[in-house]
Order: sequence, then C-alpha cells, then structure tokens
Amino acid sequence: MSAEFTRAEVCAVACAETWRGAGEVLAHTVGLVPTIGARLARLTHTPELVLSDGEAYLMSEPPPLGATAAEGGVVSGWLPFRTVFDIVESGRRQSMMGASQIDAYGNQNISLIGDWRRPDRQLIGVRGAPGNTVNHRTDYFVARHSPKVFVEQVDVVSGVGNDRARRHSSAGRHHRLVAVVTDLAVLGFGSEGRLRLESVHPGVTANEVRARTGFALDTEGAGVTRAPTGEELRLIREVIDPEGLRDREVRG
Amino acid sequence: MADKTMALDDFPAALASGSTIGIGGWGSRRKPMALVRALLRSDVTDLTVVSLGGPDVGLLCAAGKVRKLVYGFVSLDSIPLDPHFRAARETGTIEVAEYDEGMFVAGLRAAASRLSFLPTRTGLGSDVLTMNPELKTVASPYCDEEYVAMPALRLDAALVHVHRADRAGNGQYLGPDPYFDDLYARAADRCYVSCEELVPTADLLDAGPPQSLLLSQIFTTGVVEAPRGAHFTTCAPEYARDEPFQTEYATAAKNPEDWREFARTYLGGDEAHYQAAVARFHADRTAKTQEATA
Repeated sequence: MSAEFTRAEVCAVACAETWRGAGEVLAHTVGLVPTIGARLARLTHTPELVLSDGEAYLMSEPPPLGATAAEGGVVSGWLPFRTVFDIVESGRRQSMMGASQIDAYGNQNISLIGDWRRPDRQLIGVRGAPGNTVNHRTDYFVARHSPKVFVEQVDVVSGVGNDRARRHSSAGRHHRLVAVVTDLAVLGFGSEGRLRLESVHPGVTANEVRARTGFALDTEGAGVTRAPTGEELRLIREVIDPEGLRDREVRG
Repeated sequence: MADKTMALDDFPAALASGSTIGIGGWGSRRKPMALVRALLRSDVTDLTVVSLGGPDVGLLCAAGKVRKLVYGFVSLDSIPLDPHFRAARETGTIEVAEYDEGMFVAGLRAAASRLSFLPTRTGLGSDVLTMNPELKTVASPYCDEEYVAMPALRLDAALVHVHRADRAGNGQYLGPDPYFDDLYARAADRCYVSCEELVPTADLLDAGPPQSLLLSQIFTTGVVEAPRGAHFTTCAPEYARDEPFQTEYATAAKNPEDWREFARTYLGGDEAHYQAAVARFHADRTAKTQEATA
C-alpha cells in the first residue's frame, strides 16, 4: 500500500463514486465510511445530492461527522421518520447499506443468523432493507471482506438480490443494485446479475479477494481502484473527518 | 369538556390481559416508559406488543408479559439491539412478526383508516414474506403490478408520551420528530397519553405552533401526568437520552444476576421510587468521578 493514502480513504472515494450522477436525490448511508463518501460526493462531483443528519433534518451544509443538526451544520428541510418512508416510496433516494451476509446475486441479510423461528444470533432485523431495495438504487459497503459475509446463501433475505428481483416483475420494477464496496475491492454485477470483481484496491490482488469470498467470483478484466486525488484527500482529512474516525471502520 | 386525567397506576386496570397494545415513540426515543413501568407493576400479561421497539419492548419481554411481538426493529439507538429482545428471540420465548419499518407503518395506516390492508411494494422479493407466511399479495386492478397486502395492525390500546397535554387529551410534542404517535392513536380503540406537563388548554400554544398539537382529544382516552416519563429514552428538547443509565440497563440485561439486582433497585417500587433511584445512580456516578479526579 502506498504511504500517500490509507485504505479507508480509498474506500471513502469508492463509496463517493456510487453517488456520481445520482442527481437531486436523498443520500442514505449506514456506517461511517459510506457517510464520508456521500459528503465527499456532495463536495466534489455531485453538489445537488441531498444529505440528512440521520435524525430529523435535511442539511445543506452537513454537521460534523457523527453529530446531528443540533450540533452544527445548516438545516434546509424537515425529515421526520414518517417522511423518510414517503421519500423511499417516491424513489428519490439512493442508499448505501451494510451487510452481515451477501450472496452472489446481491441478496443481503442484516436480520439474523440461523432459523428465523429461533435464531442462533438475532441481528438488527430487516429494518428498511426490503423497502429500500425494491424502491430505489441500493449499494452496499462491507468493512471486512470475508467468506462469512460473502456467502453462498444468506440466512434471511433482507435486501432483495437480482435473482429474486428478476423473478418477480413488480419487485424488479425499481430495483437496482450497482456496487458493493469492501475494504479490499469494488464489486459490480455481471449481465447474469452475479457479483463480479470490478477493481481491487491498491495493494490487493484478485486472488486475495477470491480467497476471501465464499462463492465463485468472476475476476476477469478487473482493474485497480483509483487513488484519491489531492483535493479528495484534503476534504476527507481536513473537512469531513478531521478526527480520523474512518480508520476505526477500515484498518490498514 | 371531559376530564380524562388519571393516576399513573390506575391506567393498567383499563387493559385486559391478552390485549394488543401499540407503543409510540421510536427505538430509544420518546417512549412512554412511565406507562410501561406501570404495566410492569400490574398483573396485566399475555400482551401482543406492536412497536418500533426500544427498551419498552425489552422491559416487557424481561417481565414475561409479551406473548407476541410485532415490530419493525428493537433498538436502543446508541446500542444496536436491546439485550432482552435478543435473548427472547434466541431462546424462542416469544412469538414474533418482523416487518420492514415501512410495512409496519403501512399496517398502522391501514388500521387508522379502518381498512383491512394497504398495498405496498415494500416486502416483495424479500424473506419478510417467508417470515410472515400469512402475508398475501394483491394484484393491481389497473396495471400488471402486484403488491404486498400489508394487513392492518389494529390495536386495542395505544400508549404514547408527549411533552404537554390538556385534561381533554390534546397532546403536544416539542421535539424534532412526531414519530408515529398520532397514527398509533388513530389505529387504537383507546389511547393513553402520558405527558411531561399537564397544562390548561388555553396555554398549549404558548410552547409551540399549532403543528405541534399532535394528538387530538378525539382519539385519546386517558391522560397521565408523568414528569420524566420517557426516561431513559430521549424527550428532546426537554431532556436527552440518559446514556449512562441506558448503558447500565443494557449491561445488567446481559446477565440474570445483574438483571435481578437492577430490577430490585429500579423497578421494585412505584414511579417516584424509580425516579429517586435514578437520581441516586447519577449522584453516585458524580461522586465517583470527583473521587477519581481528586
């Protein structure tokens, strides 16, 4: 790995790329690095992107990372939870969620491990994943790429994958998965709707990614994830995340 | 104007065991915790609880009062999962219906409109339909689309907490988010409102604009004055979530012996006893901090 930038910074820039050209929609993020990514997108290539404080406000200037509108930033609108569901259903939103499990077709699980009747491990539940995935574009961020996350079959389909969306025309009408950003790579979806390797982060090999993925992964033609620009690094380090919280989510 | 005020400990008598109750708020935010604590002290049990859950659900599960839980999630916000809820799931002690948050709201909206269901795209293709085998889909009569027919979540009673209310049951919230408290009230046959402060009707608009009058007396049955009645969840701007106490709760919940001690200390008496015990918890913490820095 180059000493000029960290892995977390590469991830933040790759996350930001998912909002390039998204237009005037609400950016929804779960986790720190996707949140940095959305803010970076707004401050660079996609200024029309609309951010929220994750509580009840839309922000024209984002509050400090991890803080709500009350702790800084400029409020431009009101976004109580009831309105969030209205916006989800309108489609004018783009999410980047996390995943406890994700399979080759992008089915994602955050609900539980084991049998839903009596789980071995109750996780956070399906939350808004079913609604997000059938209503607007959804991408994922996985902070630790491992065969425990990238599995042959997820225990519960919370976020709808391409195979299921294609089988059910109403589920598929507004369904769109594009990218899964991890600490090792950026994955995309091939024409069959299966995950494939788009690029490895600087310092990572395709074999490493394959070894840490629990299903067969097409790595043909994969490139290298682009390095952050000087301006992006300045924004991440000085404006968006001066305390370096990103390094707690992605190490190395 | 009917005076709907009632004493906190009189409210559970209005609920029969086996009832379906909806609990307002969201996660660890403006939950009617004093009403929940009153339920813990009562012999009302075998409840079906409908909640965007937080420690309200955790406490009722720990007390063995929940037969079935209908939820969008059960989170303490700053702590991702309520430990009692997790334990109840992993030991299989409660029946559950887990829905996407948006489906949950659609179910309340259906109930509030006296409809048997509302169509929603949310849930299609996901295992929410597997985990709730009774869920059906409905074909659009206008195009070739098919939607989930989210059944109404009709409630026998709703429990909500707001900042201010009058004796007739007009309720006002002053925080950033109404959550879904008005919807719970409309989805229920009866709604019990606790408030930080009981005020004359003429004074309601002194504290906030007309839009802050969230609950109409049309939908409320009983009003309970319960200062700090949302503790330890947030009741902003009145008070923030009590994070140290929530941590104490969540830590104790992980171990049966610690939980018995917590329940004895905080839940062994009435609401005044609880609030006094919480005050002692903070006094002890402050004393310890001062000792450490001295």
